[in-house]
Amino acid sequence: MSSRDAIVAEIPRLRRYARALTGHGDSADDLVQDTLERALDKWRFWHRERDLRPWLFSIMHNLHVDGRRRDGRVAFCADSDLPVPVQRADQADALELRDLQHALMQLPLEQREVLLLVGLEDLSYADVALALGVPPGTVMSRLSRARGRLRAVLADEFTAPLRVVKP
Amino acid sequence: MSAPISEDDLHAFADGQLAPTRLAQVEAWLAAHPEHRQQVEDWRALSAHLHRTYDRVLDEPIPARVLPAANASRWRDLRKLAALAWLMLGAVTGYVLRGETTRDPQPPSATVSLPRQAAVAHAVFVPEMRHPVEVGADQEAHLVGWLSKRLGAELKPPKLDEVGYRLVGGRLLPGDKGEVAQFMYENAAHNRLTLYVRPAAPNGGDTLFRYAREDGIDVFYWADGRFGYALSGTTGREDMLRLATLVYHQYPR
Repeated sequence: MSSRDAIVAEIPRLRRYARALTGHGDSADDLVQDTLERALDKWRFWHRERDLRPWLFSIMHNLHVDGRRRDGRVAFCADSDLPVPVQRADQADALELRDLQHALMQLPLEQREVLLLVGLEDLSYADVALALGVPPGTVMSRLSRARGRLRAVLADEFTAPLRVVKP
Repeated sequence: MSAPISEDDLHAFADGQLAPTRLAQVEAWLAAHPEHRQQVEDWRALSAHLHRTYDRVLDEPIPARVLPAANASRWRDLRKLAALAWLMLGAVTGYVLRGETTRDPQPPSATVSLPRQAAVAHAVFVPEMRHPVEVGADQEAHLVGWLSKRLGAELKPPKLDEVGYRLVGGRLLPGDKGEVAQFMYENAAHNRLTLYVRPAAPNGGDTLFRYAREDGIDVFYWADGRFGYALSGTTGREDMLRLATLVYHQYPR
């Protein structure tokens, strides 16, 4: 399989992760597009003994962190960053998506990344450490904090009365 | 005497990342500590929630703008194509045509039903052992001449030998707007693919690369100015994407 084909085969997963990470369809696809371009540029530096997937996630991580730094973005989402409904979601799905997406955006980026790479992308802890460039111990502590915090946020949302979101 | 069970062990247990020996120890410990068992179940439920919410992204059509091309010039072509596509057809057909519906009531069904028709044709002919095609690959020149004539433009079957699929042959089928061609491929494991090709709709242009799942069949489809194409198979979405990309780049545009 050529480098290009191998990378193309990863696109659906990169899009899924980027969607959950950014909470925004267009930003997610921008990030995926930048990741693929960078990956094809850097292909010759890829060491084949390493898995392709964590390598792509590490490129995406670096681009996302750089992008946020450049934009001077803060760690919570503005109203304009509220999630876009994904295709074929019925109303109940859309509500669930919105609740979960909203809760995810309450997590600091570093916790959200670990939670999604483990819980959604099913990466091994070692691969998550590789992708994010942190020691394995850091992965575990972030995972623990992320799970605790997300649970608290979701519990809050379920008990809080419906809020009106300003346009 | 094993090491005491830590919170890290519990996360690893919830995520299915424990080595078998440790797994047995943690299981035994959890049996004696049901309050922690509940916590592990909560974490698992959270991961399931993530999958339930975001897995549908996997089934969405991939926007052409994110697809990298084989080389820089193709990459630019594809970007141009993507820009064009957004203006012209595909997922946005309805949107684009909405201003014209009063003048031109022709529904955009030609594109919408392509994956459905392709999947049905796939399901009908793929199980066929004795007559999978009308004209076999041993008469490829005749096949090309015949189908090109009936569809009104030159149509060659793509080459998929490099990924292990050989051409079985092709056939002509009736479509809702006229003739349709179907090419069939098979690999050493007897997996079969079909490429369904029909003349493009008169107002059609290039469209995005799109994906649909029809009754368990993965279909990637797109169109250029001449034809609409749909590649159907059952070897999994990621594999089909790879194959469809290969086919996509074999047709000039």
